[in-house]
Amino acid sequence: MFRVSVLQTTDVIPSKEKSRCGRVGGVSRSEKMVKQESESANRPDNTAFTQQRLPAWQPILSAGIVIPGFVLIGLAFIGIGVALLVTSRSIQVLELDYTGDGNGSPCSSCSQSTTVNCKCSLNFTLDTLFQGPVFFYYGLSNYFQNYRRYGASKDDNQLYGDLSYFTSPSSSCSPYDYDGSKNPIVPCGSIANSMFNDTFTLTRTVSGKTDSVPLDGKGIAWWTDYNVKYRNPSVTPLKNAFNGTVKPIDWAKPAYELDTSDASNNGFVNQDFLVWMRRAALPNFRKLYRRIDASGDYQNGLPAGNYTIDITYNYPVRVFNGAKKVVFSNVSWMGGKNEFLGIAYLVIGSLCVVMSVVMLIVYAKFKFPDEE
Amino acid sequence: MKERRVKANAWDYNDRFSYADNRIKTSKYNIFTFLPINLFEQFQRVANAYFSVLLILQLIPEISSLSWFTTIVPLVFVLVITAVKDATDDYFRYKSDQQVNNRQSQVLIRGSLQNEKWMNVRVGDIIKLENNQFVAADILLLCSSEPYGLCYVETAELDGETNLKVRQALTVTSDLGDISKLMDFDGEVICEPPNNKLDRFTGTLYWKGNKYPLDNEKMLLRGCVLRNTEWCFGMVIFAGSQTKLMQNCGRTKLKRTSIDKLMNTLVLWIFAFLICMGVVLAIGHTIWETYVGTNFRVFLPWDTFQISAVFSGFLTFWSYIIILNTVVPISLYVSVEVLRLGHSYFINWDRKMYHSPMGTAAEARTTTLNEELGQVEFIFSDKTGTLTQNIMVFSKCSINGQMYGMDRLKKKTACVDFSFNPLCDRRFKFFDSSLVEAIKMEDPAVQEFFRLLALCHTVMPEEKSEGNLVYQAQSPDEGALVTAARNFGFVFRARTPETVTLCEMGRTVTYQLLAILDFNNVRKRMSVIVRSPEGQIKLYSKGADTIIFERLDPSSENLMYTTSEHLSEFAGEGLRTLALAYKDLDEDYFKVWMKRLLFASTVIENREDQLAVLYDEIELGMKLLGATAIEDKLQEGVPETIACLNLADIKIWVLTGDKLETAMNIGYSCNMLRDDMNEVFVISGHSLQDVRLEENSGVIHFHCLSSFLRSAKEHILGLSRVSSAGHVEKTDAFADDSVFEEAIIAEYALVINGHSLAHVLEPQLEHILLDLACLCKTVICCRVTPMQKAQVVELVKRHKRAVTLAIGDGANDVSMIKTAHIGVGISGQEGMQAVLASDYSFAQFRYLQRLLLVHGRWSYFRMCNFLGYFFYKNFAFTLVHFWYGFFCGFSAQTVYDQWFITLFNIVYTSLPVLAMGLFDQDVNDQNSLRYPSLYKPGQQNLLFNKRQFFLCTLQGMATSFLLFFIPYGAFPLMVKEDGSPFSDQQAFAVTIATSLVIVVSVQIGLDTHYWTAVNHLFIWGSLMVYFAILFAMQSDGLFGIFPSSFPFIGTARNCLSEKSVWLVVLLTTVVCVMPGLVVRFLRVDLFPTLTDKVRRLQQSRKKQGPQEQNLRRVRRTSSRRSAYAFSHQQGFGELITSGKNIRRSTVSSLCSPERIAQSHSSSWIENMLKRKNEVSCASPESEGGAPKSVKGTVCMDPTDQAQF
Repeated sequence: MFRVSVLQTTDVIPSKEKSRCGRVGGVSRSEKMVKQESESANRPDNTAFTQQRLPAWQPILSAGIVIPGFVLIGLAFIGIGVALLVTSRSIQVLELDYTGDGNGSPCSSCSQSTTVNCKCSLNFTLDTLFQGPVFFYYGLSNYFQNYRRYGASKDDNQLYGDLSYFTSPSSSCSPYDYDGSKNPIVPCGSIANSMFNDTFTLTRTVSGKTDSVPLDGKGIAWWTDYNVKYRNPSVTPLKNAFNGTVKPIDWAKPAYELDTSDASNNGFVNQDFLVWMRRAALPNFRKLYRRIDASGDYQNGLPAGNYTIDITYNYPVRVFNGAKKVVFSNVSWMGGKNEFLGIAYLVIGSLCVVMSVVMLIVYAKFKFPDEE
Repeated sequence: MKERRVKANAWDYNDRFSYADNRIKTSKYNIFTFLPINLFEQFQRVANAYFSVLLILQLIPEISSLSWFTTIVPLVFVLVITAVKDATDDYFRYKSDQQVNNRQSQVLIRGSLQNEKWMNVRVGDIIKLENNQFVAADILLLCSSEPYGLCYVETAELDGETNLKVRQALTVTSDLGDISKLMDFDGEVICEPPNNKLDRFTGTLYWKGNKYPLDNEKMLLRGCVLRNTEWCFGMVIFAGSQTKLMQNCGRTKLKRTSIDKLMNTLVLWIFAFLICMGVVLAIGHTIWETYVGTNFRVFLPWDTFQISAVFSGFLTFWSYIIILNTVVPISLYVSVEVLRLGHSYFINWDRKMYHSPMGTAAEARTTTLNEELGQVEFIFSDKTGTLTQNIMVFSKCSINGQMYGMDRLKKKTACVDFSFNPLCDRRFKFFDSSLVEAIKMEDPAVQEFFRLLALCHTVMPEEKSEGNLVYQAQSPDEGALVTAARNFGFVFRARTPETVTLCEMGRTVTYQLLAILDFNNVRKRMSVIVRSPEGQIKLYSKGADTIIFERLDPSSENLMYTTSEHLSEFAGEGLRTLALAYKDLDEDYFKVWMKRLLFASTVIENREDQLAVLYDEIELGMKLLGATAIEDKLQEGVPETIACLNLADIKIWVLTGDKLETAMNIGYSCNMLRDDMNEVFVISGHSLQDVRLEENSGVIHFHCLSSFLRSAKEHILGLSRVSSAGHVEKTDAFADDSVFEEAIIAEYALVINGHSLAHVLEPQLEHILLDLACLCKTVICCRVTPMQKAQVVELVKRHKRAVTLAIGDGANDVSMIKTAHIGVGISGQEGMQAVLASDYSFAQFRYLQRLLLVHGRWSYFRMCNFLGYFFYKNFAFTLVHFWYGFFCGFSAQTVYDQWFITLFNIVYTSLPVLAMGLFDQDVNDQNSLRYPSLYKPGQQNLLFNKRQFFLCTLQGMATSFLLFFIPYGAFPLMVKEDGSPFSDQQAFAVTIATSLVIVVSVQIGLDTHYWTAVNHLFIWGSLMVYFAILFAMQSDGLFGIFPSSFPFIGTARNCLSEKSVWLVVLLTTVVCVMPGLVVRFLRVDLFPTLTDKVRRLQQSRKKQGPQEQNLRRVRRTSSRRSAYAFSHQQGFGELITSGKNIRRSTVSSLCSPERIAQSHSSSWIENMLKRKNEVSCASPESEGGAPKSVKGTVCMDPTDQAQF
């Protein structure tokens, strides 16, 4: 083994160097290989990007920003909280449970029986005007519309009016896709099948005279649902589209008879149906039933007086400890009555202010030494 | 072990064995196999496998809680990115394979030389190689243009050594020099099967009824380059994949960073956590099912298949595993890879790590280790070529009591003009013109001085053209001395076995070379005996001052004192010194001596000893001429870098194969050893004999060594205890026991040599060694073998749980580079093997500072922030489902839209966090270098550890809690302004999703320290993209096309037009972000880290405008007397006097056209080697064995092996 330290002739090293530098992290050789023409091509580009000198904003959490920021946010939140709370307090809500649990409650007989279209009625009295516009909701509690398999049990294609899905509903609807004799169910699925089917009428008794309160059922569903998401098949009469299909098992009448009086409220675009199909996020929910038509005596809302709600009681909830309610409410700029937001804003706003004080004290006491 | 039979010029015969052909294939795929093989490989990765299992789960309708696309879209995304990367890599491999395979080679086919492509060369072919060509396969050398069938090869591609190696053909084949003879050659080689041992070959040649043994000295291996040999013929023994080079291209095990390991642990934890959540929810489901669900069956349709609540719970478990899988984000691994790749590019692009003289940019050769650069605690550095340039410069001399040469620090004087000498080397610089004056005055002492330098050496000259001399010196020291003599007018021009021709001041003088008294370790000197043209016989000697001074004639005594003073002065400057002396010999005396020498050199027993005695005898009574001082040039900025890294608490250990003296010398000049150190422990004094002695009485030796180590340790601890005790008296603040390691004010250094190290590395002692070494500020291990280097690294790696970095430039550093967590190669003078084995490479040691303190620190900082945020983000995102489970009957109902789940990690939140991970800078690069202490958090693992992980997942959980429960509180009674309720599931989903995206965007904004335009673009862009996609996905158009895929139609419009929704979003955002902000502010204010302080400083500086930086200057203070360090090998003299290496024609045809082609072609081997990442390093053990003396070649002192 012969060892001679060769004084490298200059043309050997550069060739090695060149090729050595052709490899950049194993990936972009191509780009670098092109540049191997001359030595200086190996020199990395002098750009702000490659040299990591990009101009940049380097914010520091300085007391001058954080503390006033917290004060400002805190004050703003307190302001918003107060506004929300005041607005929320101004909203009138009337809530009446008609499940019929107790023996004294008006619907207890209906809740026990299994008769179809069992009737019962609720009475309530308004001492002052219920400021309009007034909305009439029904509320269900302990009702799991957000259960996954329940929620998945529908066929959007069918509801979009696609006739091919009428005859062969999506398997997601199972077991409400075909009835016992293999007839396709339209609309299929458990959401549709479990549609809320209590109905209400509201009457006012003024000096012995009973006057039915006009209820408006138009436009209670989302515009997009009514106009885009749900469509009746373009077959006239609508009934023909449902040939060979059966109505959902628990329904009293087929979809094309939901509102025979108004074609634009019939079938899949029936407003009550749409409201039901928009399933609630949480087990206690309210859905809009009607709004009080602001006309005549009811221009400004519900005037003082004695009211009766006549209920067609069909929907079973007692088996799962559910509850049914009717709710009257008006709204404000921020929607319905909701104290949670106002209180939360107040609390957080106050916390911000408190924290800013704490930080100020800390800052003043342990001032960050600037020179060091 | 099947033997291999190869017959020359006999294709039919060789074909029977189906040997590999010479085509190489390093690419893994072809067009057709790419997809299956690549996919197979990818699915072997745990993460990918995990996600495919999820995908399968999702296809089971009873379980599927999410559509298949939520998993398949990210999975395909990840697979495609990886596949594209693999494909490009493989394409380049294919290209380089092609390039190599198509290289031309001259093959003897049917009686004539024909050009063939490399891939068509077959085993048994006879091929012709020309100068500077790569060897195409492993071939048996048959004959060459040089006498005795010698030829020279450079093996840099194989073992990294750039020196030339000699190969010699068998005598019987060496005269086969013409084609007809070669045609008739029908020898058969029977040899060992292919293996990867580069230094070993055994075989036998059967030819004409005779047997000839073959060994490695007769083989030219693929990858070598033929040098200084016009042509040679060889017979192909191994081809293609069976060559030793290719056999060495194994794969190394992948280095993983500690963050990687931590990440894997954390992912496992998360996985366990995921299963826990699944179990909790499944139990919840079972309970719910039992108490509530059964009653609810009126409306829910499951009784057809769900037998019991327990079974339902079991299914729910899987459903929840699917939903919650996003806590182990598939994009995490891809993002981490992308970040590292980006960081690697930044290293490659850094102009401050670009070395313009060589045109070498820094290179991150692996893209997986970047953040570990920010955690290094130990650096193991090679010396030669790493700390030093391995360039020896003749810088000063003392001639006859007169000192020449200027102090290097005062370089004001102009460089000496050597124009009087047409043969001078223009690169040589000297700063004292008085020496030239003295030469011109023909001062006899000066002339004799340089004559000695020109005569007494073993350098080989090569005169490529008239006056263009190139010296091939076996050590750089010698080269420097001969070059100095050359420039001062004593040009060494040519040598034959019997003569040396000088050109003395323009006059050609030929000296008869009578004897070379070669160097060895014991003698520490070398001499030549020459007869001048006038007939005088002279002995010229150079060697270590102590040795030479002992052998001086009494008449030189006065001169000796002066010279000695000068030597001390030289040593004080860290120069390597040599003393020179001569002696006039009496003709008769010499004749007698010569006879005895000849006799002695023929005896078989004790020849070495007898020669040594004779040498000793004649080298007595010499007259001192003077001394030379050679500067072992440090690389630029080495002391400064070391000082800076020391401030960053990085311990630097020097591991060198060099001698103790040299190593200590460099230690002093690098400021690692200082005069003001309390103690420098030197564990050495074990020359070869000593060690043998001690080995005989092993126990005592061990005992001594260990007790020495113990006492040294006690010494340090004892002293520090005393000194800290002194402190305790003054300040009662410290408890006196806890001050041990930290409070060592005194500085110690440990120098240990290889022989001692071998014993200390035994299991009994290694702990003490490690303890001692870690108490010392500086550790230098000298005379260590490559294997020991690796052992030392391994020792620290094993016991200290610290990140280690090894830096070196030579083949002997490969083992340590591979062992350490991070290997850095210096692309310098020696071969490229270190670079090939390394993870990072650059040209200068000083770039290490920038690599660690800037790039490493940033990478670590960025990676930690990235991971912290990433886990936070995914917990915040995913755990909402968990909370929702309690309100939806544990039915695995997702909170979000499926599209949102699909896109959240890969679209909505990926870019901002990537931008942060790529561009973030807490402190700019100047300040990073200026305050090395900023590096310490990385070493202590402070920025991302289990605690940090816990904190950020906790924050994520808290955020998810708030994200769910604030809308939960606000929603049930929420109605639109037109009275229609929108407390439906879809509006709920959109509200939470929007809050989530905004919260995590705000959070990333707060986590970003360095907002470049890209960060702005990505953060604001992501938010905009979120809303754009949200509205697009919920638009009428898309719903019209795929009604069932986009059921969220219109939700965004209805929901985000409500003021109350925005109030919820605003509230959620503030509540989620505020606590973190407060904590951060208070922490910065109460417990500011150095980073915070520097940031503050940086900010205020920026306002004041840029300031001049005063760079640290390290003053070198040493008054230490350095000893002679002769990086020399024994036995060169024999080769010269035997005349074997003397050429008939000195000017070879170097300007052949192949040279150009070849300069391109060196890349393939590099590519190949690099790719495979495994280059064998010729096992140091086998090399460093017993000295072997082979007639005709050179015997080598084993202890000199590791020198380079």
